[in-house]
Amino acid sequence: MAAVDVTNRGALPNPDVGTYEEVNRDILKVLGRPGKGWWMLFGIAAAGVGLFLACWFWQIYKGIGVSGLNAPVGWGVYITTFVFWVGIAHSGTLISAILFLFRAPWRQAIYRASEAMTVFAVMTAGLFPLIHVGRVWHAYWLIPYPNDRFLWPNFRSPLVWDVFAITTYFTVSAVFFYLGTIPDLAAARDHARGLRKRFYQVISLGWRGTDREWHHFSKAYIYLAALATPLVLSVHSVVSWDFAMAIVPGWHTTIFAPYFVAGAIFSGVALVITLAVPMRKFFGLEKYLTVKHFEAMAKLCMLTSAIVLYAYMTEYFLAWYSGEPPERGSFWNRVFGHYWWANWIMLTCNGLVPLMLWFRRVRRSISALFVISIFINIGMWFERYVIIVTSLSHEYEPWAWGLYRPSIVEMGILIGSFCWFGFWFLLFTRLLPPVAIAEMKEVVPPPMRGKETES
Amino acid sequence: MIGARRRQGHSGFFALFEHLDSTIDACKALRKAGHKRFRAYAPLPEHHLLEEGLAKKHSPVRVFTLAGAMTGAATGFAFTTWTSLDWPLITGGKPLMSIPAYVVIAFECAILFGALSTVIGLFINAGLPNFRPMVAYHPACSDGSFGVYVTAPPAEAEAVKELLGEFEPAELREDPEGFDV
Repeated sequence: MAAVDVTNRGALPNPDVGTYEEVNRDILKVLGRPGKGWWMLFGIAAAGVGLFLACWFWQIYKGIGVSGLNAPVGWGVYITTFVFWVGIAHSGTLISAILFLFRAPWRQAIYRASEAMTVFAVMTAGLFPLIHVGRVWHAYWLIPYPNDRFLWPNFRSPLVWDVFAITTYFTVSAVFFYLGTIPDLAAARDHARGLRKRFYQVISLGWRGTDREWHHFSKAYIYLAALATPLVLSVHSVVSWDFAMAIVPGWHTTIFAPYFVAGAIFSGVALVITLAVPMRKFFGLEKYLTVKHFEAMAKLCMLTSAIVLYAYMTEYFLAWYSGEPPERGSFWNRVFGHYWWANWIMLTCNGLVPLMLWFRRVRRSISALFVISIFINIGMWFERYVIIVTSLSHEYEPWAWGLYRPSIVEMGILIGSFCWFGFWFLLFTRLLPPVAIAEMKEVVPPPMRGKETES
Repeated sequence: MIGARRRQGHSGFFALFEHLDSTIDACKALRKAGHKRFRAYAPLPEHHLLEEGLAKKHSPVRVFTLAGAMTGAATGFAFTTWTSLDWPLITGGKPLMSIPAYVVIAFECAILFGALSTVIGLFINAGLPNFRPMVAYHPACSDGSFGVYVTAPPAEAEAVKELLGEFEPAELREDPEGFDV
């Protein structure tokens, strides 16, 4: 037979991993008994989830007045954090679907973790509209259902588009994530014993790795990737239209969709780096998550950072060029007004700090990347804060201007949302193989007998 | 408990291979000898095995994807249009049927329906979930080895055994009962 080319799917050959058995051994060992460090982190995350729920219940009990939301700033930390987490979710689908279709050579090792991140980030983001609406028991009004007067939601409203976009995104990314893990869950099943084996038996759906399963599976995976690719670009565009469709100065521009999508990928890849660095260290995955992988992600950050910075500059330029006093005033207020500090944090973290990535030495230093990725995460949260809060606080009429200060409850929910995300991610690292076993085997040379037996 | 599907009057042969090329060659030889209903096992989606060894071509899953996506788009358009006409209420001076706005809903529904029907298509075609007993399976097939499972009536049993043995399997198991897998 013809020599099997290992790079047939554009994969980066991994010289550190020799055999298929080694992949199984190295990755399934992560699913073993968790250590003290994991329990400590899990404890912190669980406590944070407690804080999150406590703050939310307090708000439900007392009313939305316990937040700092008021006229004119009706959207504050909740919507900022919602957009932040939706943005975080984007890199997972980018890495798993778009880079899959483009046959990017470095995605195999990292995509499972980033896909998990996507699912948990959408789960986190999805809570925020519920928190924000105040009377959460009426949240189902967002969903079109035949009520007793046959009154339907207004499909011309971007907020209704958002309901469709986010629920579709959550469903599709969860399905995509789960489908990809099935062969690896089967590997875990064959490796595990006792109660764990039963658990994997059920969730692996009886996968056996037959030709029939693989044939349809690999095709279905391509089609799902092809559907997820336009979806990922559409979701943050729809989120951006929540703003761009309103006539608020600072929101009402056509660049919002590409600007938000680039920002989403920027922040998402940064969070993948933030999570992958400790994961690699604690679980001994240095062989799999190599410097090359981190360098590739750093390049993605570099590119999207440049797009985001360009979008900032375009916004300032167009505000000036439009000649509209409210538009000009809004942007002047961003840079020199009451929220100047938020704007400068945003510009420093998203524009200035990532410039260091242009140096190869920085891109190849994992500790430097870890620090930069945290800066980016902070910067991207502030970007949404700047867009939402400063624009609303400084609209058309000077007598309608006002300030907003987040309350303790809002800060508690913000901190709690990170813990809620961490809670699920920590569970993920112990229950599901955190690196895709079957796909990693594609970058390992297949075992060959090498004899010509053609008859 | 669901039972395994027996293939009456057949015995089963499971050959475990350590090498990819011998698995591919064994599959080719089996096909040449006229065996159609045999299974190959692999720990990864190995394209050479599927395409060269087993001559797999298109998968009907794509029909499910297309049909799902088109149904979704049509549903999205139909639903938004129908609800706006069901209770005509002009908001923001926009036309009752604002097609550009409804594109967003139709698009999201197309993706959602397309993805879900792809999964249904996969489950139907690949026979998942499969909670029948794991007969004709070897746990090494999710680790580092490949496998081939053939059933044969008693008259052909010796020939199949010989054919599989030619490719030096690490293990050749003979079950008195053959199964449909």
